[in-house]
Amino acid sequence: MRDYKSRPPLSYYRTALPGLDYSELQGKLIVIEGPDAVGRSTQVRRLKPWLEEFGHAVLDTGMARSALAGKGIKEAKAGNTLGPITMTLYYATDFADRLENEIIPALRAGFVVLTDRYIFSIMARAIARGENRTWIERTAGFALVPHAVFYMRAEVKDLISRVVVGRGAFDYWESGLDLHYGKDMYESFVRYQSSLIQVFDDMADPYGFQVINASQPVDRVFESLQTAISKIVETEAPAKPRARSKTALPGPRVARLLKIK
Amino acid sequence: MQVFLSNRCPGRLIVVEGIDGSGKSTQISLLSQWLRRRGYAVTFSEWNSSPLVRETTRRGKKKEMFTPTSFSLIHATDFADRLEHYIVPLLKAGAVVCADRYAYTAFARDVVRGVDRSWVRNLYRFAIKPSLAFYFKVPLDVALGRILGGRDALKYYEAGMDLGLSRNIEESFRIFQGRILEEYESMIEEMGFHVIDATKSIEAQQKEMRRIVLREFGRVRPTGVLGTEVRVARLQE
Repeated sequence: MRDYKSRPPLSYYRTALPGLDYSELQGKLIVIEGPDAVGRSTQVRRLKPWLEEFGHAVLDTGMARSALAGKGIKEAKAGNTLGPITMTLYYATDFADRLENEIIPALRAGFVVLTDRYIFSIMARAIARGENRTWIERTAGFALVPHAVFYMRAEVKDLISRVVVGRGAFDYWESGLDLHYGKDMYESFVRYQSSLIQVFDDMADPYGFQVINASQPVDRVFESLQTAISKIVETEAPAKPRARSKTALPGPRVARLLKIK
Repeated sequence: MQVFLSNRCPGRLIVVEGIDGSGKSTQISLLSQWLRRRGYAVTFSEWNSSPLVRETTRRGKKKEMFTPTSFSLIHATDFADRLEHYIVPLLKAGAVVCADRYAYTAFARDVVRGVDRSWVRNLYRFAIKPSLAFYFKVPLDVALGRILGGRDALKYYEAGMDLGLSRNIEESFRIFQGRILEEYESMIEEMGFHVIDATKSIEAQQKEMRRIVLREFGRVRPTGVLGTEVRVARLQE
């Protein structure tokens, strides 16, 4: 696989976007990636106010949230005819719209952009469905190189317990039911998520992912992310001893500054 | 670089390409009727017609939300849906699929919009290589003469207004179509187009197309769908 580790942040992976002046970009682009139910959204929800405490303006964005294609994707997923190539390209359209209309303007204005999933989820889903790796790598090659990609890695058994405890049911697409893998949603989920994890693992080195052990408790994962993000964005590292409050927010030092208990 | 996947299905794919006003839709319509009368199972697929994508494209056009990249991607999504759910199954079933515009339309238009040439070629790499691709070659003025005046007002993206070529929509359309024409011309060799002189009479163009189709289809005797018996037997095993 081609190596993208040396690409500087906020340049492009393979193909420049038409009409974009890359020199205008500042801000920080931070990506949280990983399989379904690994806890990405929970972490993004906590990281945003934490970064805002240090005076950073934060844009959080994620898949299928574009003004252009978000609604169309949701409708297509609710039907029964969405094919793998169509799905991949629909998500790529959604990504392009958010990149050009949300992420890039925010970076230009000096925001910290926190994104729940990036091109890697789109690529992983396509590859897990047997689509050509080079095809999707090139297609998604207009993406900006982030300052960091945090790959929240867990085992399938961790994902299962999160799904069962947290949601109480398996989801059609998260189980890859369109792949006709197993007898039921559970079997399908296991096979599909295993292959997704494998694809993410394979991307980790060439794309320079920072692997976060997401099998740990939520608070520990949060601390790992805080520590890593502190190296990119100016923050105060989480003070020790560790915050034990239920939300862990704000951190004790910030709490002291703000005179709250 | 290999542009498309080769067609391993018994069906045949015939596509027509050319700028607006080249007369390609008239010609493919006449050709498909002729093939149907000769006993072929003929189906039709039009550019930009996927039901899964329609609303998104409509929203983007109405609110003028597209960038060159998202415009390119939504059309590829539309194409993918038609290919996965319509064109490929029909080719497997042995139909003759006639397509009014194909990936070449994207190659021409998107590049004119500033999208990277090799990026958009790669984007459509999942497409099936047509059995025949007809290109309707026409001078810009002839095509414009057929279109302007004789129909409803030009639309924003159709006229390439997003490129800021001119504030006058008709002038913008002229420049945009002229550039698309140049892209088509440069693809003739690369893509192996069968060039039809679209300044000739409708009858003469149709005669030429039928001659090429007969040569391509050879002595295949149409029995409705093509080559299905063998495949059905294989799937039943």
